[in-house]
Amino acid sequence: MAISTSTPPDGATDIAAEHQRRRTLLHRLDVRGAPYAFVAPFFIVFAAFSFYPLVYTSWISLHRVELSTLNLMEWVGFDNYTALWNDDRFWNALFNTFTIGVLSTVPQLLMALGLAHLLNYQLRGSTFFRVAALTPYATSVGAAALVFTMLFERDFGMINWMLSLVGVDNIDWENNKWAAQSAISSIVIWRWTGYNALLYLAAMQAIPRDRYEAAAIDGASRWQQFLKVTVPGIRSTIVFTIVLSTIGATQLFGEPLIFGQGPNGVTGGADNQYQTLGLLLYEEGWKNYQMGRAATVAWAMFLLLILVFVVQRIVQRVLTRRT
Amino acid sequence: MDKFRRKLRTRVVAAVSAASALGLVVGCGGSDGGTGGGKKDGKVTITMGLFGVMGFKETGLLDKYMKEHPDVVIKADVAGDEQTYYTALQTHLAAGSGLKDIQGIEIGRAKELSDTQKDKFVDLAGVAGTDHFLPWKQSQVTTTDKKVIGLGTDIGPMAVCYRRDLFEQAGLPTDRDEVAKLWEGDWSKYVDAGKRFKQNSKDDQVAFMDSSSGLFNAMIYGNSQQFYDKQGKLIYATNPVVKDAWKLASEAATSDLTAKLRQFQPGWDPGLANSTFASTVCPAWMLAHISEKAGPKNKGKWDVAKAPKGANWGGSFLGVMEKSPVKKEAQDLVAWLTAPEQQAYLFEKIGNFPSSQTALKMPEVVDAKSDYFSGAPIGKIFGAAAQEIPDEQVLGRKDGTIKDIFSQGLTLIEAQHKSPNEAWKTTDERIKKAAG
Repeated sequence: MAISTSTPPDGATDIAAEHQRRRTLLHRLDVRGAPYAFVAPFFIVFAAFSFYPLVYTSWISLHRVELSTLNLMEWVGFDNYTALWNDDRFWNALFNTFTIGVLSTVPQLLMALGLAHLLNYQLRGSTFFRVAALTPYATSVGAAALVFTMLFERDFGMINWMLSLVGVDNIDWENNKWAAQSAISSIVIWRWTGYNALLYLAAMQAIPRDRYEAAAIDGASRWQQFLKVTVPGIRSTIVFTIVLSTIGATQLFGEPLIFGQGPNGVTGGADNQYQTLGLLLYEEGWKNYQMGRAATVAWAMFLLLILVFVVQRIVQRVLTRRT
Repeated sequence: MDKFRRKLRTRVVAAVSAASALGLVVGCGGSDGGTGGGKKDGKVTITMGLFGVMGFKETGLLDKYMKEHPDVVIKADVAGDEQTYYTALQTHLAAGSGLKDIQGIEIGRAKELSDTQKDKFVDLAGVAGTDHFLPWKQSQVTTTDKKVIGLGTDIGPMAVCYRRDLFEQAGLPTDRDEVAKLWEGDWSKYVDAGKRFKQNSKDDQVAFMDSSSGLFNAMIYGNSQQFYDKQGKLIYATNPVVKDAWKLASEAATSDLTAKLRQFQPGWDPGLANSTFASTVCPAWMLAHISEKAGPKNKGKWDVAKAPKGANWGGSFLGVMEKSPVKKEAQDLVAWLTAPEQQAYLFEKIGNFPSSQTALKMPEVVDAKSDYFSGAPIGKIFGAAAQEIPDEQVLGRKDGTIKDIFSQGLTLIEAQHKSPNEAWKTTDERIKKAAG
């Protein structure tokens, strides 16, 4: 539509108005636009390193692609997904991820809670203990897993040696399903307990002293104080650590990979007895070199996490409504 | 109006971030894709990507070459583990960047590379002075259109390494010729010897062999066809060689003749050091590993006897990348490193067995004896085994992966008490997944 609606110039007042308008525009841009500019760097990085890979992964998962020939993609639609759904290995890995997750997360958080409670007392050298609790967290997964693998070695490992002192026969930690899963869980527990304990400790120190005093006056024992004052006081932190641990457990990868060593690490044991979803992804991608199938596992893991949190929110909502 | 503007602004922001994101991505993908090698100020730089103990760097051969060629600088990157190395190589080939001028090729990958990546390798068919290899060695890296993508380094003829002292206490012969007679001509006699060992051994903590998969490998690698036929079709399920090997290996596993160890994995090394098994099927290159891990305290207790049947396990090649700016110089280096003199030198130094016929006839190879292995004439034993290896060896794309899956299948029997039938079923399914 090219209808010209030019009005005759109206002198200085008009220029001033124009000026004014431009200034308000700039001002508005400053107020409304600046926040975007400030958060932009994060989102740009996010787009490049998280969102783009996410989308690209989903695109790959709809194809048959080999690692050596990434430019040759054969469209297969949702075949990879249905194949995964019908694959015993997927359900096995899912179940293993769950059991190792429970075996590692539950004792870990309970121990962290106890440890935090102890650290919360007036101790001599409390800083030392707090730093010591955090040390395992500062070691690398690789180093920790490697040392534990040696400890759990069948013929000459230290743990079997100690067990032999009390008359227990050598346990084949790697080949026995539950032994292997417990061994892997122990690596996770060792690394993360101190970290969670410090989170709990920080939350505990924010609980006002007078609550404990009031409870003591009411005749509450130490244990009752812990249950009725401390735990409710750090509830949101507990939820936070559960969320973090769940994410960590779903992505469990390095520990079982190193624990198994060589081909057994990639497949999570000769019988896949400790293959997690992360390892299944790795096996498909970097042993079978099938990037399409690997990408499908990655997406399945992602969808699974979303599912877990939806369920968690629903449960939480139901619970709060009830109270 | 305001609403529209806001929408516009978010759109602009989105567009800007998308554009910069794209910039970042392009920035990542658009590297120059060089090989790190090149010519500068009259100096030629050649880069190499190697794995395991190929020996060129470790024994000072590269330094020697640089001394003889003052205008050449060689930079070698050695990855410890071949699996890691090959995964990286695949990624580099796919991305077209990160490659070196010269890349090592393991035998288990030779077929896959010559099938799918031959255009990325220089044809070494016509390089002068490279007609000295065993006939089957170079055929492993020759493509269907007669292109040669690599020159052979070592081969892995197999023998049986055994402990004299442990054989003696179980009433078996200890002399290497008599031991070889025990199982002459048939691998099942090796398992029979194991049963005798188990019956008479005074120490029930010592197993006859380390793992059943070593036996399995030795049996299948003595034949020209293993997992694939010449057309590239999978035949492992019907190949009688594989079936027999599986049967015998699972018999060894179920008869409790093995220490249930996995070769080259944790547990195996302490097993060597603490003498938990009396024999292992050993390719020539394994000798260095055994003597290192079993340590000086077991020196003179080990010996080497001829295997029932000649077989080849392993061996590698060196290829030159088409992309390299210094192709000519890299070819010269590869030809020199794989020349008979250097192969003989490597055998003397670290035990990698020559793939060059000329080197196999050289006195330092023929007359080589190993102090550690009770003075065994390893040059003769492995040389004889090398002669028995079939001239044609059919390789397949996923040989390496399939070998690993079979090893795991045998572990299922050995350490997880699955029945051989059940284990075969699992193995079969896995191979279909991995190679299908």
